[in-house]
Amino acid sequence: MIGGLFVYNHKGEVLISRVYRDDIGRNAVDAFRVNVIHARQQVRSPVNMIARTSFFHVKRSNIWLCAVSKKNLNAALVFQFLYKMLEVMGSYFGKINEENIKNNFVLIYELLDELLDYGYPQNTDTGVLKTFITQQGVKSQTKEETTKITNQVTGQIAWRREGIKYRRNELFLDVVESVNLLMSPQGQVLSAHVSGRVLMKSYLSGMPECKFGINDKVIVESRRAADSSSAAGATKSGHIAIDDCQFHQCVKLSKFDTEHAISFIPPDGEFELMRYRNTKDISLPFRVIPLVREIGRTKMEVKVVVKSNFKPSLLAQKVEVRIPTPLNTSGVQVICMKGKARYKASDNAIVWKIKRMGGMKEWQLSAEIDLLNATDKAKKWTRPPISMNFEVPFAASGFKVRYLKVFESKLNYSDHDVIKWVRYIGKSGLYETRC
Amino acid sequence: KMQGVAASVSDTLGNIRPWLHKVTTQSKMTDSKYFTTTRKGEIFELKAELNSDRKDKRKEAVKKVIASMTVGKDVSTLFPDVVNCMQADNLELKKLVYLYLMNYAKTQPDKAIMAVNTFVRDCEDPNPLIRALAVRTIGCIRVDEITAYLCDPLRKCLKDEDPYVRKTAAVCVAKLHDIDPLLVEEQGFLDMLKDLLADSNPMVVANAVAAMTEIGESAQTEAAARMLTWSGHLVNKLLTALNECTEWGQVFILDAVANYTPSEENEAQSMIERVCPRLAHANAAVVLSAVKVIMKLLELLTPGSDFVQSTVKKLSAPLVTLLSSEHEIQYVALRNINLIVQKRPEILKHELKVFFVKYNDPIYVKLEKLDILIRLTSAANIANVLAELKEYATEVDVDFVRKAVRAIGRCAIKVESAAERCVSTLLDLIQTKVNYVVQEAIVVIKDIFRKYPNKYESVIGTLCENLDTLDEPEARASMIWIIGEYAERIDNADELLESFLDGFADEQTSVQLQLLTAVVKLFLKRPTDTQELVQRVLSLATQEADNPDLRDRGYIYWRLLSTDPAAAKQVVLAEKPLISEETDLLEPSLLGELVCHIGSLASVYHRPPSAFVDGRVAAQRKGLPSRAPTLAEATGAADAGAEVVPTDNAQNAKPAVSVIPTQDSLIGDLLDIDMSGGGGGSGITQQSAAPAVPSQSNAMDLLGDGLDSLLGLGGPAPQQPPQQQPAVGGGSGVDALADIFGGLSATPSAQAGFTPQLESWLPAQRGKGMQIDGRFLRRGAQLQMELQVRNNAMQQLSGFAIQFNKNSFGLAPAQPLSLNPLAPMQTATTLLPLHTKGQVQKMEPLLNLQVAVKNNIDVFYFSCLVPIHVLFTEEGGMDKRVFLSTWKDIPADSESQTSLGSYSHSPDSVSNLLQSCNVFTIARRSVDGIEMLYQSMKLCNGILVLAELKISGGAFTLSLKSRHAEVYSGVQESYLKILKSSN
Repeated sequence: MIGGLFVYNHKGEVLISRVYRDDIGRNAVDAFRVNVIHARQQVRSPVNMIARTSFFHVKRSNIWLCAVSKKNLNAALVFQFLYKMLEVMGSYFGKINEENIKNNFVLIYELLDELLDYGYPQNTDTGVLKTFITQQGVKSQTKEETTKITNQVTGQIAWRREGIKYRRNELFLDVVESVNLLMSPQGQVLSAHVSGRVLMKSYLSGMPECKFGINDKVIVESRRAADSSSAAGATKSGHIAIDDCQFHQCVKLSKFDTEHAISFIPPDGEFELMRYRNTKDISLPFRVIPLVREIGRTKMEVKVVVKSNFKPSLLAQKVEVRIPTPLNTSGVQVICMKGKARYKASDNAIVWKIKRMGGMKEWQLSAEIDLLNATDKAKKWTRPPISMNFEVPFAASGFKVRYLKVFESKLNYSDHDVIKWVRYIGKSGLYETRC
Repeated sequence: KMQGVAASVSDTLGNIRPWLHKVTTQSKMTDSKYFTTTRKGEIFELKAELNSDRKDKRKEAVKKVIASMTVGKDVSTLFPDVVNCMQADNLELKKLVYLYLMNYAKTQPDKAIMAVNTFVRDCEDPNPLIRALAVRTIGCIRVDEITAYLCDPLRKCLKDEDPYVRKTAAVCVAKLHDIDPLLVEEQGFLDMLKDLLADSNPMVVANAVAAMTEIGESAQTEAAARMLTWSGHLVNKLLTALNECTEWGQVFILDAVANYTPSEENEAQSMIERVCPRLAHANAAVVLSAVKVIMKLLELLTPGSDFVQSTVKKLSAPLVTLLSSEHEIQYVALRNINLIVQKRPEILKHELKVFFVKYNDPIYVKLEKLDILIRLTSAANIANVLAELKEYATEVDVDFVRKAVRAIGRCAIKVESAAERCVSTLLDLIQTKVNYVVQEAIVVIKDIFRKYPNKYESVIGTLCENLDTLDEPEARASMIWIIGEYAERIDNADELLESFLDGFADEQTSVQLQLLTAVVKLFLKRPTDTQELVQRVLSLATQEADNPDLRDRGYIYWRLLSTDPAAAKQVVLAEKPLISEETDLLEPSLLGELVCHIGSLASVYHRPPSAFVDGRVAAQRKGLPSRAPTLAEATGAADAGAEVVPTDNAQNAKPAVSVIPTQDSLIGDLLDIDMSGGGGGSGITQQSAAPAVPSQSNAMDLLGDGLDSLLGLGGPAPQQPPQQQPAVGGGSGVDALADIFGGLSATPSAQAGFTPQLESWLPAQRGKGMQIDGRFLRRGAQLQMELQVRNNAMQQLSGFAIQFNKNSFGLAPAQPLSLNPLAPMQTATTLLPLHTKGQVQKMEPLLNLQVAVKNNIDVFYFSCLVPIHVLFTEEGGMDKRVFLSTWKDIPADSESQTSLGSYSHSPDSVSNLLQSCNVFTIARRSVDGIEMLYQSMKLCNGILVLAELKISGGAFTLSLKSRHAEVYSGVQESYLKILKSSN
């Protein structure tokens, strides 16, 4: 398992160094700095072996987080742990940067002591950790309190503590989809997928058991087969075919596998209930039609049409089209029908922003790009794809929440008393059209 | 009642919901001040502060010490002062002190002992957090004096009432085992650890599993190893606990379960059913570990069954989902998918598009995607792939572009219908004149020429235009090969080659070899005007080069040309074997091993753990369980292994193989062959295949003189027989040798073994009506003689008794013959147990046994041959290292080799079959379709026989080594019988 964990700043200075295993020597800290952070060439892998020691790293802003081992350990687990650690640190002290890490180094050591034991990840749930690792110094706890803590840290429902009470039982569901597209210049869809997340914020008392229903074909059909009394041959429309879904650890996976039922006891507060992926029947909210013409060696003409392809009553926001320009661009003249377009030399792109755009609209931008006479061939322009950003108020996959029922047998509130909110947001992921 | 909020997205989060989460950036107390640089006298100041009366001051001081420690300053001199702070009841301070102790205790063992008391006391603190902290820390202090004090508190903590303490104690057992494994075994901690597997708390179970797995990998004694193996019952319980564990605990359990191989298909199937739900877990490590378990178990199921197919279907979506995770996880996933696609291509065959490269993917993701893309390419999707590859070839990253160009070539070779499009794409790319693109394109076009001879040679002209720009050895070698191969179509081939010759000495060996061969080819095709050139290259190669390969090849050509140009033509211009479609495939046994390590580092490096992990753990190798594969599968796998080197080469390489070379050296050999062949398959490789032509008659006078003088000069060198690889591959010693014995999985279970036919021992006419047929059997450890007695006489036979003469192995009846009186025409069969403690006298032949059978009529004598395999004992197995050293100890000249003929057995079935006769397969390896089984057997009188069974294309060859050569013929005989019995 993980032999040691180091945190460096961008210069390669050690901010945190915690060694869990004897086989990791002091020189390991330096080996990573010399061979990766200070390497002459950009390191081309997140896993590097230096002198029979393996280094796993992730980088956030200017901070390098590096796990070390000499064993054949589970690589996926190491990276998942590193992300988790960033998440935990983030929730304790905000942004991951040098200053925050230095300011909180005692806390980080304390966390590392709890997160890993002999290199094995332990309970990493922020909510639980915060019950007994605080920055205010440890209060002298009563025996009952500590037992409660230890039970929770190790417990079956490690993600929720007992005795939560709310005057108003309320829950919020956000279905957030990111729509990914790669389209050829001719308008052929090379690949498209939606990766969706169901974010939940639960403010519920006690230990509520929740049942969640969605319009996935498999789930709906198996439900229907289960209670045969329901009208057979009901309309099949409105069901989508989810390729794959993943659940927060509170969801009973074996139950999902056998009964296709999503049931769980939610953590308190915000969490990601489920993640799903869909590739079929995606309604792509936008289509970009590029036309690039090189006129001689010093001029280029670009025409881009953006079409919105959803109900006219809906409104897309934060629409942004990025049209890359060659490195040797000397000047750009842009005209667009709607929104604002501007050439950003620092980004080597024309950025076209449209605040709102209704459905079934079609807008155009045209630009003339002046080029310096390219002298050095080495800096070849590879025509990066045109990318798009947007937000739309619907789920491009057609994902629908059918119900979310809450049962808490011990307390006296019922499903009807819970106030529920659902919202759908479609965002752009990597939404690219080659040109 | 659901309230859909279809309002516009701009509704900010704030006004509809409260927000609990608050970022707590602490501004009051900034710890960063501790990171300030060293001042003189700092240590002294710290010392004073550590001994201060004020608590807060002491705490500050300890923080400073930890900060100094972090940045690498030596603060070990403060040890006693820091330890003094340990008794504080402040938990935060305690943690810091413990942290310090863990770092420095080892360097100051005598002082560390001061801390012991506090530790022991803390282990009994009423606060479980402190108890756990103490037991967690004490295990990390690797000082012998302290370890001794650890046992009692640890034992208590393992039974602590608080689960938090128990889960910490479980891990502590693993820590202790790392320090002193025997202590852990003696003190019974393993039993206690095992008890924790039944704990009511899931986290305790998970940590116990992790600790057990780790200890199991480095167990010192066999008893411990046995105790730590996973039983079906245990695995069952763990799978039940899965759902309750944290994500990490699930990974520990799945990784542990992966080490268990169920004995029955049903069990494997139900395990798969229980692991499958994990594929929907949000944690990628859980998903990959579940995939690992399933991939391994699938091996045990009937291929093609509905269950297998539906399981395979379930795997694809979760794997694809991993590609939308963070980049680092994507990378791990892609490396694993690369393995999975090689093992079971059907899983992802419809998922081509997800491996299309995105513009913003980091380079390591791009390169991996490209690899997988090519593996998934087929005639059905080639158009899409090719369009993508063309895009990639215009990117900026040099490595990526090269790989893309190479991929286009691989497409051409893989999908014939697309070859033309690929070639024209490559030509387009050559027109770009981008140096590295051109070079890469030429390398792949060479392969395309080989795959489709006489089809695309029209492009040679274009290629020749780019001769000057080639500066990489591989590209130069490829271009030279093309010129030599198509010398007759390139008018100025001689000029082109001559231009290369000028810088001969500066070229790399691969280019030199290629140049030598190309010029010889040219000469054979156009002998009239290239004599001067060929002589020049031969003298360059033989007289001025230092490289022995080059010199040897030069001499061989020279000799061939001077003795028999016709033979030379046959050799040098021989037809080339086709090149394979798939390249870069992993060797099947390595692939199998890596599949057992899915998700781990080994799967990321594509190297077995032994290649990068030190110590004993590395020696254990995992392998996929086998379901006694059918012949077709076995040969299929062998085919996949043999790519670059055609089979006849592999056979020629055999003398080297038979002495058990190291894997490395063998691979080295093969690579050499490949390289020198340079795709041309020319040179040495065919040399050995060509018939020796001793005739001197038509020696060319042109070369004759030169050769004579040459031979006179450096005569002995070329005549020396090629140096055989010594039995032990150099200094690397046993360690390296032992590695090759890896792949072998657990010894196969006893199957329906081999039972010989009844032999006629005493015909009725010689036995006065009593006819005896019989055979020798071995049931478990019991040696038996089966007698079938038939009464052909007219009267009843009774009063049977049996006796053996002294014989080579001391065989004697273990009890009297029990046979009831036989009526006329009646037959009875009896089993006579034998022992081997009788009197010994060496017989001729060795296995001859003289038997006397008495009945109421007379005493009859007959002799029979005991098949030697019934004398093989159960103790015949041995450790690989022992096998190796024994093999080496026995002089090479006492080795005996025989051909056993051809059989349709797969290596696995042979191994199983022989195993049933107590012939133990110690190791197994396969090289290019040749399977080598290394086996050992031990006779009842202690004679050891070692065997190497080579299976090449169905032909079996047996090499035996023993200190007692007399047994060879018997062993060979038995092998023959066993092989024939169930063919």
